[in-house]
Amino acid sequence: MATLDTEQPLAKHQATENLRTDELLLNMGPQHPSTHGVLRVIVKTDGEIVKAAHPEIGYLHRCFEKHSENVDYMSVMPYVDRLDYLASMNNEQGFAIAVEKMLGLEVPRRAEYIRVIIAELQRIASHLMAFGTYGLDLGAFTAFMYGFRDREMILDIFESVCGARLLYNYMWIGGVARDITPDQVRMIKSFCEYFKPKIDEYNTLVSYNKIFIERTRDVGVIDLDTCKSYGLTGVMLRAAGFKWDLRKDMPYSIYKELEFDVPVGNGEQGTLGDCWDRHIVRMREMAQSVRIIEQLIDGIPAGPSRGKIGKVPKPPAGEHWSRTECPRGELGFYIVSDGSTNPYRVKCKSPCFMNVATLNDLSHGVMVSDLIATLGSFDIVLGEVDR
Amino acid sequence: MTFDAILEKITARFPGVTFTKGETKPDPFIALPKEKIVDVVKYLNELGFESLHCISGVDYPKTNTTEVVYHVASFQHRTTVCLKVILPRGDGQSIPTLCGLYRGANWLEREVFDMNGVTFEGHPDMRRILCPEDWVGYPLKKDYVTPDFYKGMPVPLYFADQGEAGDPGQPSPAGGGH
Repeated sequence: MATLDTEQPLAKHQATENLRTDELLLNMGPQHPSTHGVLRVIVKTDGEIVKAAHPEIGYLHRCFEKHSENVDYMSVMPYVDRLDYLASMNNEQGFAIAVEKMLGLEVPRRAEYIRVIIAELQRIASHLMAFGTYGLDLGAFTAFMYGFRDREMILDIFESVCGARLLYNYMWIGGVARDITPDQVRMIKSFCEYFKPKIDEYNTLVSYNKIFIERTRDVGVIDLDTCKSYGLTGVMLRAAGFKWDLRKDMPYSIYKELEFDVPVGNGEQGTLGDCWDRHIVRMREMAQSVRIIEQLIDGIPAGPSRGKIGKVPKPPAGEHWSRTECPRGELGFYIVSDGSTNPYRVKCKSPCFMNVATLNDLSHGVMVSDLIATLGSFDIVLGEVDR
Repeated sequence: MTFDAILEKITARFPGVTFTKGETKPDPFIALPKEKIVDVVKYLNELGFESLHCISGVDYPKTNTTEVVYHVASFQHRTTVCLKVILPRGDGQSIPTLCGLYRGANWLEREVFDMNGVTFEGHPDMRRILCPEDWVGYPLKKDYVTPDFYKGMPVPLYFADQGEAGDPGQPSPAGGGH
């Protein structure tokens, strides 16, 4: 049996000038757990160091914009659900608001209250998902279980309200599809009571965990100039220290009457605009969403839950660009109407699309594991990127 | 800053250039020649419109034009301004890129190219983004015909056998009708 000669082999290659490390082209995805869907990132690595990362998108392209041109405005709603399928209610609200503006339609107060309550619940659900899967990306499985446990309760409420758990078709043009009952109000109230202390618990468990901080501080820093250059919105922008929230700054629906704060990143664990900042902004936003729901839930006015609107809405010829604040940023709809029952053109500007576009700029010279941490902190949903 | 104030400022800054106010409702727009798009967006940036939010392509076979629509947003003025470059319809239309001003323009312009077939002069990476690279045609053109096969695979599309797109009498493929 040959013995291993420990002295010899190394000495043979002492002349390191001829030693060259090869760059390795690595395909991350399209089926990879850390890409949160079907995103393919072509990563050029030198050992553990990333030289470049090119995101390739389009694997989940379902021609949303083309489909919309072939159906009437009401029938676009189920497709809108499927854009950002973790925040369907927010998408629906955005599209409904855009079409209502074109129609010049007033929505009943009761419907506005219900919409905002449901949209904020959805924001919590979406951020819980982000929190859970981000933990999973960084190797903390516990966060995933807690996040999903609480999200499940919100989905139960949604199931009771509209019959579906993921893709709702609930907010219709002119109001909501079904009124909510006192039972459902009680469910929402008890969820808020239950959930309020949980946020602090999760912060103790994950956000201020030493290992978590070490993995996320100073990683994936996006400063304000980069944000503006890419047109980033939502959590990405706020984490860079810029106080901008459409609900506060260009209020739609009834947000003008509500009291809530806009949490921004302040670089308290490292650099301003790093992954940790993005994470903590989400955690703090959940507390604000609970605050909004609590302001509304006891005073839902009586009245109809849907305005007077014909079966097939027919906006006058014209065009409108509308933005609403979704959990992942500002969702924009550019709708062109030619006066017929079908939209002439619907353009959806999704926030995640721009978030993914930044990935290449952030990836030069970072470790592979940091690339995962950065991508996870964007909280992307590929349904919205590819549309 | 109101829409008219913006239009006034732009007109004063670029004498000799025709800026047309489009009176569409509820949002008006400013139409401008394509040679000026980079300068105007740069000037708007100086005015506080710091964020390029959206670039869309819209096809109008009736007037034989293709529009490239820019939505530039301002944080300090809390508003968005809509700029339009109206190109003649047809293949091989091009327009200067905004990649030198906004890094976000890269992907937005690629999407317009992919969907409407407008090329952007000076774009560093003018490839398709959502469709496969060997896809034929530009789907958001109104006269686009969905191919029956892609690499030997049948394309299962709802509208392939339903006559002209946009016909209001067609049943919706999902949702709405139930």
